[in-house]
Amino acid sequence: MSNPIIESGNVAAAMAVQLARAEVIAAYPITPQTPVTEKLSELIAAGAMDAEYVAVESEHSAMGVCIGAASAGVRAFTATSSNGLLYMSEQLHWAAGARLPIVMCVVNRAIGAPWSVWNDHQDAISQRDTGWIQIFAKDHQEIIDMTLKAFRLAELVHIPVMVNYDGYYLSHTYMPFEPPDAERVDAFLPAYAYKHALTPERPESLNTVTLPDARLDVDGIQRGGYMDIRHNLHEEMGKSIEVWEEIDQEYQALFGRGGHPVIDPYRCEDADVIIVAMGSMANQFRVVVDRLRQNDGLKVGILALQMYRPFPSAIIAEALQSARHVMVYEKGLSYGNQGALYGDIKSALYPYPARPRLHNFIVGLGGRAIPTESLYETMKTACEQDLSTLSAQADAPQWIGLQL
Amino acid sequence: MKTTARTTVLNLTGEEFVHPGNRACSGCGLSILYRVGVKALGRDCIFVVPPSCLTVMQGLYPIAATQMPVLNGTFASTAAIATGVKAAMRRLGRETQVVAWAGDGGTSDIGIQALSGALERGEDIIYICYDNEAYMNTGVQRSGTTPRGSLTTTTPFTGKSEVGKDLPAIIAAHNPAYLATCSASYPLDFHDKLLKAKQIKGLKYLHVQTPCPPGWGIDEHMTVALGRAAVETGLFDLYEIENGRMQLSGPSQQLLAKPALRPVREYLQLQTRFKALGDEQADALQAQVDRRWAGYRDKFK
Amino acid sequence: MPDPRFKILTSASTSGPGDAGRTGSWRVERPVIDMSRCIPAKTGKPACHLCWLLCPDNVVSKEIEPAIDLEYCKGCGICAQECPVQAISMVADADFLEGAASE
Repeated sequence: MSNPIIESGNVAAAMAVQLARAEVIAAYPITPQTPVTEKLSELIAAGAMDAEYVAVESEHSAMGVCIGAASAGVRAFTATSSNGLLYMSEQLHWAAGARLPIVMCVVNRAIGAPWSVWNDHQDAISQRDTGWIQIFAKDHQEIIDMTLKAFRLAELVHIPVMVNYDGYYLSHTYMPFEPPDAERVDAFLPAYAYKHALTPERPESLNTVTLPDARLDVDGIQRGGYMDIRHNLHEEMGKSIEVWEEIDQEYQALFGRGGHPVIDPYRCEDADVIIVAMGSMANQFRVVVDRLRQNDGLKVGILALQMYRPFPSAIIAEALQSARHVMVYEKGLSYGNQGALYGDIKSALYPYPARPRLHNFIVGLGGRAIPTESLYETMKTACEQDLSTLSAQADAPQWIGLQL
Repeated sequence: MKTTARTTVLNLTGEEFVHPGNRACSGCGLSILYRVGVKALGRDCIFVVPPSCLTVMQGLYPIAATQMPVLNGTFASTAAIATGVKAAMRRLGRETQVVAWAGDGGTSDIGIQALSGALERGEDIIYICYDNEAYMNTGVQRSGTTPRGSLTTTTPFTGKSEVGKDLPAIIAAHNPAYLATCSASYPLDFHDKLLKAKQIKGLKYLHVQTPCPPGWGIDEHMTVALGRAAVETGLFDLYEIENGRMQLSGPSQQLLAKPALRPVREYLQLQTRFKALGDEQADALQAQVDRRWAGYRDKFK
Repeated sequence: MPDPRFKILTSASTSGPGDAGRTGSWRVERPVIDMSRCIPAKTGKPACHLCWLLCPDNVVSKEIEPAIDLEYCKGCGICAQECPVQAISMVADADFLEGAASE
């Protein structure tokens, strides 16, 4: 690192928003997101950032303000956590359906009830079908880099982007990271322009009631109905993976960091067993992988998933195909079914003839500690068991670290 | 600033901003309001509209019946979305007026939190609530402003048993830059209040009683007559609040000079929605109007 | 600027008449103006124009002799109700059907 600073993950996010020259910021305080908004209001009040800070009365309104600003062609940002994200859920669908390139940081936190201010991924997972692009950072450097890249992605594909990072583990810890050079960021991220921006010069009615079927417009041109608009969102969300990779290459050329924008594999090349995880836990697993290889001679790797929606099915299947076993560790689930990520991975692998055996582990809900030691032990135990018997059970998730 | 009725039918601009052949019901009070209101607002203006009759009236994709730029948004966030659009206009260095235009449900019920926030922040927007006193777009369900005794599809047989919210009073408690009540039956009064609102910085709130033929159970040709009856019976008063000072305006102010108002029954009897209202309730309503107007006469004489 | 490979479909509507079709077909009665009573028509001067002001559907013209666009007039009758000199009457549209007069 040429110019590292030591700061919290929340400050890294705020710095990215400052560098991105977001112009309208609306937010409502919720733990553990609060320091992002405090930092941004401080930067604006101190004149270090030329933007409007709107202290709204709720998360629903925070996203409302962003929808208004982005529809008028101005770069908008918000951040939230947990129930705050759920409170704006309706607005998330709206922003995606309207194809607004809003960027939001979600500092992942458990959902009530019961109340928990601590980390898991249920907030983001529960919003996976809103039409937002969802990316997960696993350290402070990724928070700042990914947030900047998120603005570029959002504005290229016109789909909102949610940058997720773990509450407390990343938001409140202080780690070294390198802030990108401001001038280069300006070159990387051109000003936002929107062809449907609200303007009296070219009046349009946006998000009007749309009929089931296609209909002629005032010039006699046939315009698609609701389903066609939604199909386009789905198609273009899928195509966003490629754009995200291109952006990462540009970013790497400018700032020297990148190369693994969708998945970040560690020691997976020859691995019999590949662990899949999102967020900070994926970094934590690197230590576990090293130990399992060094102490126990087990050929284990960890695959960090950086992009959760759109789900990079082909990339993941390609990366996992050669393993004999895939262990999916996740901090959220689809209640009554299984881990959401697990289900996605299983479905991604289904079309391939050589499928690894899959195992699902639920960990760390509501901030339940995930000691590296316990990750190591559960992996070691699992690997030492006959893994084929393990998977012979119904593929129900195994809960790690229960204290009942 | 006093409302001076600058605009007359003769000098009101002939420029139109809404196309004929839109989806509003026949005899729609909102349509009168919208047509004349936009004449006051002019083209340098962006509308923010939640689900409401206005959503439908303004057109279905890909045709807009309105000539104005419109951002349709979620039901609860009209004032927040307008805040965002206005913030964007400031960033772009534009003076464009941002006008939130919502119904009574979208304002007094689901949208009140976002509106309260915008009022507290003193957002520089115009907020128009067209109050047709129920959820008309979904087929006449009771709203927060539905008056007591009114039949709706969710207050059948005996009518709503609760008193409707005094929404302008709730707004007034936020101390907005400007507050005015208007009626769809007096579109020029609404027009001139909008002209005034355009000159004021901060949140301008206009609350407009808007008769609705299917919702109120009146003949389509009676829309204007009904709104006029509401004002002339003293049931719906037109006033302005500026700097905390309330002043009767236009047609309501002129009523001060009259020895007596029309009896409220003249208004109630014109509508089937009040057919379950008993004599006792009607008398109580009359007594309430009489008390309020006695107060006005003392105060404004 | 968006990636040119992306179509970015949204529901952005542009302005034009007749979103609901020819709404004149909703009507059962049409307004008919008696120009001998109509104030501006009678005096030959711009005056009154209340029918124009109060028309919800923008189908009455602000002219000395007001004209009604029957293509779109929904026939609410507000103009007839509010005309201060009762110059407008609502007449059954059926009466204007071809052959109606001879029956």
